[in-house]
Amino acid sequence: MSSTRTTPPSRAGTGRSVRRPGDRVFAGTAKGAGILILVILAGVAAFLVVEAVPALTAPAEEIPGDGGLASYVAPLVFGTLLAAVIALLVATPLAVAIALFIGYYAPRRLAQGLGYLVDLLAAIPSIVYGFWGIFWLAPKLVPLFEWLERTLGFIPLFAGPASTTGRTMLTTGLVLAVMILPIVSAISREVFLQVPSLHREAALALGATRWEMIRMAVLPYGRSGVIGGSMLGLGRALGETMAVAIVLSVSGGITFNLISSGNPSTIAANIALEFPESSGIDINTLIASGLALFVITLAVNVLARAIVNRRAEFSGAN
Amino acid sequence: MAKRIDVSDLNIYYGNFLAVENVNVSIEPRSITALIGPSGCGKSTFLRSINRMHEVVPGGRVEGKIVMDGQDLYGADVDPVDVRRQIGMVFQRPNPFPTMSIYENVAAGIRLNNKKMRKSDLDDLVERSLRGANLWNEVKDRLNRPGAGLSGGQQQRLCIARAIAVEPDVLLMDEPASALDPISTLAIEDLMADLKERFTIVIVTHNMQQAARVSEQTGFFNLSGVGQPGRLIEFNPTEKIFSNPDQKATEDYISGRFG
Amino acid sequence: MTQTSTAPAPPGSSAPAPRRGERTRRLPTWAPWAAFLGVAAVVGALWPVLDLNAALFVLYTVVLGTLAVYLLTRAVEGSRRATDRLVTCLVVSAFGLAMVPLVSLVWEVVSRGAARLDGEFFTSSLVGIVGEGGGAYHAIMGTLIITALTTLLSVPIGLMTAIFLVEYARGRLKRAITFLVDVMTGIPSIVAGLFAYALFAIFLGPGIRLGVMGAVALSVLMIPVVVRSAEEVLKLVPNELREASYALGVPKWRTIVKVVIPTSIAGLGTGVTLAIARVVGETAPLLITLGITNATNLDAFDGRMATLPVYAYYQLTQPGVPPQFATDRAWTAALVLIILVMGLNVVARLISRFFAPKTGR
Repeated sequence: MSSTRTTPPSRAGTGRSVRRPGDRVFAGTAKGAGILILVILAGVAAFLVVEAVPALTAPAEEIPGDGGLASYVAPLVFGTLLAAVIALLVATPLAVAIALFIGYYAPRRLAQGLGYLVDLLAAIPSIVYGFWGIFWLAPKLVPLFEWLERTLGFIPLFAGPASTTGRTMLTTGLVLAVMILPIVSAISREVFLQVPSLHREAALALGATRWEMIRMAVLPYGRSGVIGGSMLGLGRALGETMAVAIVLSVSGGITFNLISSGNPSTIAANIALEFPESSGIDINTLIASGLALFVITLAVNVLARAIVNRRAEFSGAN
Repeated sequence: MAKRIDVSDLNIYYGNFLAVENVNVSIEPRSITALIGPSGCGKSTFLRSINRMHEVVPGGRVEGKIVMDGQDLYGADVDPVDVRRQIGMVFQRPNPFPTMSIYENVAAGIRLNNKKMRKSDLDDLVERSLRGANLWNEVKDRLNRPGAGLSGGQQQRLCIARAIAVEPDVLLMDEPASALDPISTLAIEDLMADLKERFTIVIVTHNMQQAARVSEQTGFFNLSGVGQPGRLIEFNPTEKIFSNPDQKATEDYISGRFG
Repeated sequence: MTQTSTAPAPPGSSAPAPRRGERTRRLPTWAPWAAFLGVAAVVGALWPVLDLNAALFVLYTVVLGTLAVYLLTRAVEGSRRATDRLVTCLVVSAFGLAMVPLVSLVWEVVSRGAARLDGEFFTSSLVGIVGEGGGAYHAIMGTLIITALTTLLSVPIGLMTAIFLVEYARGRLKRAITFLVDVMTGIPSIVAGLFAYALFAIFLGPGIRLGVMGAVALSVLMIPVVVRSAEEVLKLVPNELREASYALGVPKWRTIVKVVIPTSIAGLGTGVTLAIARVVGETAPLLITLGITNATNLDAFDGRMATLPVYAYYQLTQPGVPPQFATDRAWTAALVLIILVMGLNVVARLISRFFAPKTGR
């Protein structure tokens, strides 16, 4: 009768002993679906690599532009990063302000509806943003570009000559900023809402104004969430295709001039523009550039998720 | 129908954590056995191990033996699903299926298991179970309304009707009245007195008066400290537990000195 | 002024305690509004002098109005409250600024797209059309077919993955899949298109264009969205319901199929609808996997297919001569696309409102 903790009986019930066929089949199917996700992601990488290899091994003069793969891809990578960084710089402060507005300034009863309005921006297809960018935004920005060239022309960014169509890198960045605004503001809103009300009330009880409460309690708490959210936005902006393909006027290589009509293209837009008319080694070159885009966005997203998830663990512990 | 349960040398684990240690007890058929004790002492864990619900929690496992009328519930070839069909359970909070009507809730044990049954037989079963749970007169006119629309006490009786509709041998009740008002509690206690004619009933309760009122046998669980496993300190006829317990700890608990 | 006073202490070292007189000096609630109105009036009066347009008028009013409110508050209530008001103005303007693209975009698309929103647009293709007339019947059908195929591919995989994550998986595999689903959400749509192209090109030869390729590409984008939303919804199903079902002797898989999924069906429907809304407007992957055609092709396993977004793209960028008619068709296609996406969003919300189980708790 004495209990012996160290020697478990041989037929200890672990729940694994008997399983019904139905359970086994269903659990197996579910597991299969989960593993299929891993396979798809691995497949994306693998197939891109396989199709990119001919371009990676081809002699330099067969690559479009005759300068080899690196000199073909470099301006594209530069353009991709430049457009995305402009978008990020514009969108992040706006998104944080919008998240604060919806979370702490807007009347409670309206807040949800206003949040829905911002989310609507995410629902609009990217091609429609392209239409809007080239027909509405670009012409309206031309006077601004001319003014920038006149008054700030000594800064290389605004050296000009100002584009007469408005289809510049800056316009593209602004369109991308609008497109990533919803995701950055949604994630910021989420982390701001997680700020313990105890912190906020403590600040208010000290006699803080609303802004002081936000600065003391909300912003420090939500900072890593905002960073993670804006990096997710960066990932979106890097991979955005159609809006850029339509809005950006492409010619020439690497330049920091944001308001002229000579701009480097982005990887994604370049694929969309060139792919339909390409064949042979050109296709492989485009796929190789797509592989570069995949790697860049993967790195950005992994980093962003790591930051956002770390935030989630903190808030769970609090 | 009611069956006898013999538990011997039972250790219950969550992963590597030993939650309940060395339980030896015999539960009599056609009677109510109450399990009492302070919070976290393992009485619910023990209850859930009787119908192998304990394994639903990740890492949940047991060592030792639970035998029901000669059948080893933890035998190598025993399907936990079959065990649960013989040993029904009623939970602390009423949990009718929100997507189902009152009728469908009672018939859930049949329907979810895809058992074929004639409509008239199923109607009879539903009525019989609802009568058995003292709910028939209150709901017979609205069997097709959602089960979640009933009051808390009615919902709990609906859950009892649902449990007895699959005609188990044993009924486990995990603090079935703790979320209910006194009148609903009384209704549940009266119902238990009826049900013990047909079932072996094991009930976990925080309420000592309830244990004293309804049960024939009472087991007292306790633990010596946080992180220590719970133990069955004393198992005796209810009268003896409440008048002249063998153990000092039992007396302390019952007289309200702790817990 | 003794230390034993029971009145609440003023904010310690962070700001000097305001004196009695200062504390009571507050602007009336209408003052900021009045300041803005005043600035608007002044700027309006200067309209001819400054050669303004509507956008500049609003810009000047907001900037100068904010400045006026700040200075006014600073003079009357002190710098802390002035900063507070300033931030309030900034935050409200930020939201207003974000609404500019939304409103102008919808206005632009509706006003330009309405011209060709006629019967012919929905009933005829572009076969034999040069210049005026023609429609997008073939592209609309293509979009419906591709979207249906994508849904057919994505929902089972996505739902089963979500079930695996919520009901079965634990430990390392669960973390790995969750993480990779997150990563998959960030795959650029053009890369998904390249993947589908590469996959089919390896087996069927280069230069291939098929409807089903587009569905595969869109599935890569849709599956993670379905997984995430289904996961959230399945997690909301109370464990008590699962246990109630287990206690009735119902096997786990039947519990999932007959209790968990019916309980969360509204949320699942909403999630799937929103996922469809997300991929229905995708252009880039279809551009490189389906191409475009002027004729109606309803067979996703044979040759090029037109779809609405790609149709809109080519009508805009390669309009022919004169460009007006194709450009009109492009805008109407964009309008139909927006209506489709918004419609799906509304449907999603209706599903979650009307099909939610009546818990009554």
